[in-house]
Amino acid sequence: MSAVSERDQLRYIAAQAADARVNLELETEGMTLSIGPQHPATHGTLRIVARLDGEQVIAAEPIMGYMHRGYEKLVEARTYPQINTLINRIDWLSSFANEVPFILAAEKLMEIEAPPRAQWIRTIFHELSRIANITLFLGDMGVQVGALTAVFYAFRDREFVLNLIESATGGRFHPNFDRIGGLKEDLPKGWIDETRAVMKRIRSFCDEMDDLLVGNEIFQARTRGIGVIPKEVGLSYGLSGANLRASGVDWDLRRDDKDIAMAWKHADFKVWTHPDGDSFARYWVRLQEVRESTRIIEQLLDGLPSGPIMAKVPRIIKVPEGEAYVQTENPLGVMGYYVVSKGDLGPFRVKIRSASFNNISITPWLLRGVYVPDAIAILGSLYFILGDIDR
Amino acid sequence: MHTLAVEIPYWGQSLLRVLGVFAAVLLPAGTIVYLYLFKAVSFMQSRLGPMEAGPYGSVQLVAEVGKFLQKEDIIPANADRRIFTLAPYVVVMSTFLVYLVVPFGPDAIFADYDTGIFFAMAVSSLSTLGILMAGWASANKYSLIGALRAAGQMIAYELPLVLAVTGVVIQAGTLNLQGIVAAQHEGDMFGVGVIGNPFVLTQIVGFLIFLVAAQAELAQTPFDMPIAESELVTGYLTEYSGMRFLLFFIAEFASAGALAALAATLFLGGWSIPGVDLDNNLMNVVGPLVLFAKAMIIAFLFFWARFTLPRFREDQLQQLAWKGLIPIALLNIMVTAVLKVAF
Repeated sequence: MSAVSERDQLRYIAAQAADARVNLELETEGMTLSIGPQHPATHGTLRIVARLDGEQVIAAEPIMGYMHRGYEKLVEARTYPQINTLINRIDWLSSFANEVPFILAAEKLMEIEAPPRAQWIRTIFHELSRIANITLFLGDMGVQVGALTAVFYAFRDREFVLNLIESATGGRFHPNFDRIGGLKEDLPKGWIDETRAVMKRIRSFCDEMDDLLVGNEIFQARTRGIGVIPKEVGLSYGLSGANLRASGVDWDLRRDDKDIAMAWKHADFKVWTHPDGDSFARYWVRLQEVRESTRIIEQLLDGLPSGPIMAKVPRIIKVPEGEAYVQTENPLGVMGYYVVSKGDLGPFRVKIRSASFNNISITPWLLRGVYVPDAIAILGSLYFILGDIDR
Repeated sequence: MHTLAVEIPYWGQSLLRVLGVFAAVLLPAGTIVYLYLFKAVSFMQSRLGPMEAGPYGSVQLVAEVGKFLQKEDIIPANADRRIFTLAPYVVVMSTFLVYLVVPFGPDAIFADYDTGIFFAMAVSSLSTLGILMAGWASANKYSLIGALRAAGQMIAYELPLVLAVTGVVIQAGTLNLQGIVAAQHEGDMFGVGVIGNPFVLTQIVGFLIFLVAAQAELAQTPFDMPIAESELVTGYLTEYSGMRFLLFFIAEFASAGALAALAATLFLGGWSIPGVDLDNNLMNVVGPLVLFAKAMIIAFLFFWARFTLPRFREDQLQQLAWKGLIPIALLNIMVTAVLKVAF
């Protein structure tokens, strides 16, 4: 199932097209369908220009940039603490996770390291934002294939995670909590017990999704064997995160990057992979990841060290001259910041490597020869956030 | 059939019929929308639904209709204006015509045709025409794809629907819906005639096929490919707004009510109550309520499935009809016919 070469796929398309045109006189002219920028399925303003033959997609091209906000340019005119607020808005469903690699890059340049407690709390919030992000996907995938109810459950249970983030940071969506050298504040009283209760709730939400979608025959018929990304193709298009793990590549920076100043190395967790590489595999891997995230958070809460949450940093932050690249495993995939500093209050140049941009680059390859309803399900299962594509 | 106690002139009868058909179409549609689309579904999705307009949002429907009436009437520039404006009426008309033959009581029936169920099946598929017109005239690619999907789907599922009904017709020995109600009321099961013989017991296969096919006829999830909100925006409805959208909306839920009422008549004994004489004049008043209650139970099944299941893809949906439902329905007809002759 998994290893479908590009040639096999082309042959499949040709066979389908031949079936469709038994009689040459019946051959019809194709139609160009512009899916987006305003369309219920694209969660924002992605536009897919699809060339259709009946309901079959002959060629599809993603057109992005409708939401480009020019972050890479904007950060050049801002100081480091100001940038923190800005980059919250890249992947708006898991804002805290956007802050982490940038702060780590700045810390790397300044050659400081956050105290252990700050590192652990950072990791906990990173995982919380992962849950906040992916639970929405777990429900939204249902909407993409027509089951409306799942997304309401997702919003219901995600609310508890957002409440946790809000109670500790003051911001529901954009916490702006990370600081160079540590964190803004320590955790509030009673937060840890509350988090444990919410983690149980999230696990029961995952069980609910197991019942509602994963076990549903129609859902399986719509996703199994659809949108197969073979391992090599996924790697060559630079996919990352769950999209790649669903194709059987066992690669997760949380486990594999030992040098990073985060607390993942202190937690015992499993990196889930799936051999199939289809839409179902991508859903399944993400579902397991949410479960695994809740366990990581519980383990980290058990061993949360005491101590300060802020290292000694100067009042006015000036990052010494140099270049640094730090990437972390964010909910959508690998996210990295390449920071070039000239010793000023702000960086000279920042290159943002966001996961969704690479993840959707595979769509022209992937959408060739599929039917329109499958195309929507595949796009849904690739899971991108528009802010993460356009920046 | 007996006659009404009071003599009513012809124009009076016609007026009564017109008012009656409006009530028969709009009441179930309104009930379904409020009870199921607004409330039951909200509870399934752990939310409250409309709460502000009236107690428990009970007059929300009025607010919605008011909203639609106020909206600007938009016709796309490239649309085929005449067909575009005509399409909603075709769809609504087909729904109204179905109600024509549904019996609500011994005399409470708009038109007592001998081929009642045949007529109902025939006119219910007229809505396909309206949908195709809407899709074509909208000059929108999404609308066109939606309409073509709808046409393919309606043709595929019309067949199991009719075949499922055939079993009932064989068992009742009549196409007349009053006759089918009477057959269920007066029949007996293995000599025990306490509750009559509602065909849902003997025609359970037909009943289930009818429910599935009706769900597909209504284009509701899991068969909502023609609308497919996440793919085709709203399919053939995409370009409609205001009053015309409202007409489509009414047609959608009124035909849900109509098919539910047909299912109740065919399988649940219609307006009759076991143990109450069929000729009882009181049934003209109680009968509609009984039928209404039974139809609402079936409509709940429609909406329960609608808000639980994901949707089929077009080819999977056709496979289900041609490879699954139709052979089973044919088998059901054969078994019914054999048993009918044998007993």
